[in-house]
Amino acid sequence: MVQLVVQSSKYIMIFLFLIYTFLSFAVFRFIGKGKTEKVIYGFQRVLLFLIHGMGYLVLYVTTENAQILGFYLMQLILFAAFIFMYHVFYKRASELLMNHMCMLLSISFIMLTRLDFDKAFRQFMFLLAGFVVIMLIPFIMQMGSRFRNWTWLYVAIGLLALLVVLIFGKVSDGAKINIKIGSIAMQPSEFVKVIFIFFIASMLYHRNDFKQIMVTGIISAVFVLILVASRDLGGALLYFFTFLAMAYVASGKWYYFVGGLGATAVACILGYQVFPHVQNRVIAWLDPLSVFDNQGYQVSQSLFAIGTGGWFGLGLNQGLPKKIPVVEKDFIFSAISEEMGGFFAICLILVCISCFLMIFNISINMKDLFYKLVAVGLGSIYALQVFLTIGGGIKFIPSTGVTLPLVSYGGSSLLSTILIFGIVQALYVMQPVRSSGKGGTGKIENSGTNKTSKQSTNAKQSTNAKQRSSAKQKTK
Amino acid sequence: MQSKAQTQNKDQAQNKRQNKKRSSKKPSNKEFAFITYFFLILFCGMLGYFVYFQVVEKEEYISSPYNSLQDLYSAQVIRGDIIASGGEILATTELSEDGEETRVYPYGTLFSHVVGYGVNGKAGLEKQENYTLLSSHQFVADQIMSEIQGEKTNGDNVYTTLDLNLQAVAYDALGDYDGAVVVMEPSTGKILAMVSKPDFNPNRVVEDWEEINEEGSSVLFNRATQGKYTPGSVFKIVTALEYYRENPDTYGDFDFDCDSSFTADGRTINCASNKSHGDENLIEAFGDSCNSAFASLSLELDKTKWNQTAKELLFGESLPIDFPHSISSFSLSESADDSTTMETGIGQGTTTVSPLHMALISSAICNNGVLMEPYLVDHTESADGEVLDSYTATEYGALMTEKEAEVLENFMRQTVLKGTATKLKTSKYEAYGKTGTAQISDTEDTTNAWFTGYIKVDGKEDLAIAVVVEDSGSGSKYAVPIAKKVFDAYVK
Repeated sequence: MVQLVVQSSKYIMIFLFLIYTFLSFAVFRFIGKGKTEKVIYGFQRVLLFLIHGMGYLVLYVTTENAQILGFYLMQLILFAAFIFMYHVFYKRASELLMNHMCMLLSISFIMLTRLDFDKAFRQFMFLLAGFVVIMLIPFIMQMGSRFRNWTWLYVAIGLLALLVVLIFGKVSDGAKINIKIGSIAMQPSEFVKVIFIFFIASMLYHRNDFKQIMVTGIISAVFVLILVASRDLGGALLYFFTFLAMAYVASGKWYYFVGGLGATAVACILGYQVFPHVQNRVIAWLDPLSVFDNQGYQVSQSLFAIGTGGWFGLGLNQGLPKKIPVVEKDFIFSAISEEMGGFFAICLILVCISCFLMIFNISINMKDLFYKLVAVGLGSIYALQVFLTIGGGIKFIPSTGVTLPLVSYGGSSLLSTILIFGIVQALYVMQPVRSSGKGGTGKIENSGTNKTSKQSTNAKQSTNAKQRSSAKQKTK
Repeated sequence: MQSKAQTQNKDQAQNKRQNKKRSSKKPSNKEFAFITYFFLILFCGMLGYFVYFQVVEKEEYISSPYNSLQDLYSAQVIRGDIIASGGEILATTELSEDGEETRVYPYGTLFSHVVGYGVNGKAGLEKQENYTLLSSHQFVADQIMSEIQGEKTNGDNVYTTLDLNLQAVAYDALGDYDGAVVVMEPSTGKILAMVSKPDFNPNRVVEDWEEINEEGSSVLFNRATQGKYTPGSVFKIVTALEYYRENPDTYGDFDFDCDSSFTADGRTINCASNKSHGDENLIEAFGDSCNSAFASLSLELDKTKWNQTAKELLFGESLPIDFPHSISSFSLSESADDSTTMETGIGQGTTTVSPLHMALISSAICNNGVLMEPYLVDHTESADGEVLDSYTATEYGALMTEKEAEVLENFMRQTVLKGTATKLKTSKYEAYGKTGTAQISDTEDTTNAWFTGYIKVDGKEDLAIAVVVEDSGSGSKYAVPIAKKVFDAYVK
């Protein structure tokens, strides 16, 4: 009987997630067309609550631990409260992004509960804090435009935080990324990346000449070098790439981006020669089985999990995901693929891609260059982080030791991602009103001159963007 | 509507003016499109690889002996059998009436290392073929029937290349000595026998675990593939090959007057039992295993080329077999002194080799220089008898030229005709080989006996062998007779 529940719900969950994912892209056709869009979002929420509920049902029947049911109810209440509050206070927030957040968090909690109940519960405490954060951020962001003036404050706080980790941090897995405050281990670089993005945006929004970009580049390089010194090469890569993307959008000069990518390639080769742990990662990537007992152990276990799980997965609590070292952080994707199936995992990737597209979408819609750049930075860092984690877990690229936003275990990672999504939602709330007259509720926070005229051009721009997005979907 | 259009125009004009004022334009959608596509390409590549992995690469990882997730299959599948080439069952799963499974090894200790065991971490073929044994390719209808009735399906069976008779002969011939015997077919690479002693009873691995796995015990260690033995005089095959390579036209002119020892740079190398071999050429020195002659000619060899030859013979390389094995080592630096060079030349020094590796070298010589990849699994079958996967003999490549193999063959024939392995002289087959007596400590009386070689016989495939008898005595006295028993059993 237990097996029947486990095995049948496995297929049902994949089916539900496929529909959910399809709707995430299909909805682009209906954006701004009134009712249909809302109906789709509502249906997505039904699907996500079904998946969440089924996941916990399986966890309950396989463990018969009543605590799990209580924990499930707590999550259910929190998700419902989150969706309700946003509906009441932030009508203009992106519902798609909100659904995705809940979806990714549901999957995360199902998997974390399966792996380690105590850790899942700890994560939930951080989620409660995150709930407060994401409720407040749009409110705070609407208070004024002074965020763009704190350039040097960002630099000071950011560098200080990274330096503190470099000097006082404790080494784990060959890198210094954690610092202990009391009993809580913090990962400041997770938060500094948001500060870093605000710093670059504040530098480049009013001037984008060569000199300004160079100054920004040099300060960014200091951030990156401190991370390299801490052996957090994945973090260094994230920061540097984000700078490139923002500099490119601010300047419109493609050679900054391409040149920067070239520099990244050179840096990677240098890193390979200088750092033994980089060499180990590359060796493990090339042929993990040949170095199974040493460097290849983690990646091999990850691939055993994904491979043995196959397209449909082994079913929750039916596999051995704990064989993978640090599975709940860097390799959570492999555990999901093992027990929930390859199809489920692909949907997960597509939902992450959809999140990225939604962040870029608001960036295009924003009229204010400062916020435009902030969104570009947030979108780029999110997308690259997803790519590095999953790519590393499936042996597409060498593993870099970064976490999967919203899904991996880790309080700092969770809070900083919620911060990112909160800022993006704030931008949705603040975005210029669409062409139809009813958008009067939106508080427009614009640094520009002529508000009304700007709104109309923007309306044109945003519909363009939508058309392109949906066209993209069709070609897929 | 009209007013809107006007404001729009005004706005555009304003934008243009702004653009002129600035050094460069405001970001257009072009940049966004570029970065978006950049990421979409990355993501598509990643998704593509994920699908590729699930469709193509997955199999390699699932079937890896390291993959402990395979054991999850045992909930649905009864582990298949391991079977010898003659059809004898070497490992099977017996079901008691209440459905409890017991893994049974009918031949007990005879195949302990090569067949291995399936508990406590697994070893041998039980480990290597774990995935096959736990996969079921029974008829789909039968599988569904089993599932409905809540029964398990039968796993696939593994048919090995192992020959029960040769394995038993080699096992008995080694007697109470520790050591190893590897027997293989040079023309195909089939391994026919693989014995390692001390051994253990695979039927009692769980019960005996503490005893066989205790600190310092090497019972579980497969000496045939993982042993790292000092080769002693069997290494003269490599030294002789190197000498021939450097003197292809003049090696026949080699001349040495042996007075039982050779001294250079203050170091004296003695011949076995301090025997004087007198005036001899290279083939005689090889046949008699004359240490003095080989110590002397070692000093003439080019160390770089010698290292290269050893590398070509797979010293320092992984052997082409999917079975845990040790990597043999050979190193002679450019600056090595005469003493080290002479010791290396006669197979002492730091060189180590596994019995399997020596069997491969003999096989290659027998097979005109070409090495066939050694293998233990001939084919796999479903429980219904359908052949699933068949191994075909695969060429690894030439370890030496045909001419070089021919020269070494002559040398190895000399050993049998007039040298240290005359016990193998018989009309039943033509034997070739090299003996070795490897000193393993500075005390004179601990030596490992070695023999490696092969036979050619009408109407049958050739047969190659490597034998190590630990802590015994000379190769001719302890290793050659074991080889002889195996050869005789094969020809009979």
